Amino acid sequence: MDTQNNPYVDFVVTARKYKTRLTNKYINRPVWNKRPDGEVVSALPGTIVRIAVSKGQPVEEGEQLMILEAMKMQNRILAPVSGTVSEIYVKEGDKISKNHPVLQIDPK
Amino acid sequence: MTELNKNIQTLREKKAVVEKGGGEAAIEKQVAMGKLTARERILALLDANSFHEYDMFVKHDGRDFGMDKKDFPGDGVVTGTGAIFGAPICIYAQDFTVAGGSLGLQHARKITKIMDHALKMKCPIIGINDSGGARIQEGVQALAGYGEIFYRNTIASGVIPQISLILGPCAGGAVYSPALTDFVFVVENISKMFITGPNVIKTVLGEDISMEDLGGARIHAEVTGNAHFYARSEQECFDQIKRLVSFIPWNNTERRKSLQPQEPSTSLNIENVVPQDPRQPYDVRDVIRCIVDASDFLEVQELWAANIVVGFGRMNGQTTGFVANQPMVLAGVLDCDSSDKAARFIRFCDSFNIPIITLEDMPGYLPGVDQEHAGVIRHGAKVLYAYSEATVPKITVILRKAYGGGYIAMNSRHLGADFMFAWPSAEIAVMGPEGAANIIFRKEIMEAEDEDAMRQEKVKEYIETFANPFVAASKGFIDSVIEPKETRALLLHALELSALKEEFRPAKKHGLPPF
Repeated sequence: MDTQNNPYVDFVVTARKYKTRLTNKYINRPVWNKRPDGEVVSALPGTIVRIAVSKGQPVEEGEQLMILEAMKMQNRILAPVSGTVSEIYVKEGDKISKNHPVLQIDPK
Repeated sequence: MTELNKNIQTLREKKAVVEKGGGEAAIEKQVAMGKLTARERILALLDANSFHEYDMFVKHDGRDFGMDKKDFPGDGVVTGTGAIFGAPICIYAQDFTVAGGSLGLQHARKITKIMDHALKMKCPIIGINDSGGARIQEGVQALAGYGEIFYRNTIASGVIPQISLILGPCAGGAVYSPALTDFVFVVENISKMFITGPNVIKTVLGEDISMEDLGGARIHAEVTGNAHFYARSEQECFDQIKRLVSFIPWNNTERRKSLQPQEPSTSLNIENVVPQDPRQPYDVRDVIRCIVDASDFLEVQELWAANIVVGFGRMNGQTTGFVANQPMVLAGVLDCDSSDKAARFIRFCDSFNIPIITLEDMPGYLPGVDQEHAGVIRHGAKVLYAYSEATVPKITVILRKAYGGGYIAMNSRHLGADFMFAWPSAEIAVMGPEGAANIIFRKEIMEAEDEDAMRQEKVKEYIETFANPFVAASKGFIDSVIEPKETRALLLHALELSALKEEFRPAKKHGLPPF
């Protein structure tokens, strides 16, 4: 766990390579990936209590997709775009964290 | 027996009951957890025979859920005054053996009373946290108690040093008192600090995490930055506190009593510590050891954001704050965490009249989506704010690289540095030579038959033009280019000259640092 024991590596800052140690926090940092268009993620950690759509179903922007219970509140998850539900990544009763993909819409 | 003696006897008996805390069984449990009791902790920390306890006979005023029939000795907290190395100290320690150290209104009022006393007498306050949290039976009264503590932490901030020890659980709202104080000490396997505990996280998210992995000492010392000092035992923690107290003043109107000046004692030669090649790492703390009295440096937040080093040393016996880029870790870049760390330390020094010496060797800011999205702009701005705002003597020595925004941020002349020194190895430029050559000579490099050879040539040309301190010196941005071995003598000279420094700022209620 000690940063002091990490090996020296090449580390680039504005086109120049430096010999240095990385911190564990840097090594374990979240790596950013572009999320696909139409992917719906949870805004809060909580439990999926109801799924209102099924795979292959066409949905309109603003239509209710799911209910996520979080902080004792039932939150509606709405379709961000119109399109067809191509994937549902969760089932009722699942406990999910924040930013967890719940559903994929293929936009119209 | 005379009447007087009987009264004294009664007092002794009453005191003995309170001093037993939660009783033998509870003390046994405390010992089994590897912890000292509240009174043992205070006695271990303070000068021998200096502690005097207040409010031993305070009773709680809970009336519901059968609380009226319960008696809690001292209401679960020990408060009083004493001394560390002769410096007056106000102190409180929550007593986990009494009702789990739970905080009710009278428990909190004992704490706020000793805090008020500390603020009035202008001496440091030390709080030892070891509590199961709010005394739920007292309802909103317990919350009122926390609020009154947080308010005083805030009002006392920057007036008296505030030190927190986490020697047991400190969870939920309770964490905000330590978070508002200046220095937080944690001990391996004993400290537990979090807003929501493992049980709640498991119920809501299904994530299974131990208390140690969620909010143990190591996590706060290395990952969150909530803690400033990490110890492996309570005794080591007390030794760290005594060392810290030996460096900091009693309040914001005093200077720490100066010690006998001593020459650095390290066998290191300052001329050999820093490699000539700006890409090679070294431990900047070795440079500090070559500069400070007796090579004695107390590092603050050693494990967190190790790409910057902050801490206290003495120069001719006087406490001095050091801020130094650490090329050994992440090449010494500024990022969100290292900016927060430096800015808070600079503001502590400024509040308590401690001069700041900045040692600079940094390639710029940490690149990455995670940094940008985590708000490196807002965090980085804190460093600019803290240096610009500070009116204590501010001295910079550029050891090697000073590139781009980092050059400006690290106490440059432009932010009000009083003295700017640079070693001959200093390179002051907008960016590293490779990056700069790629931009300035883009056309020449692209059009060249051998792009790489042309790039190398242009990099060399840039290095010859800019990779030195003399361009900045020619504009007066650097006062003096110095040899490494002159550093200590010149710093002492600069500190002596700025002992009576006065700098004024326009009157305002308070500024708006980019929190």
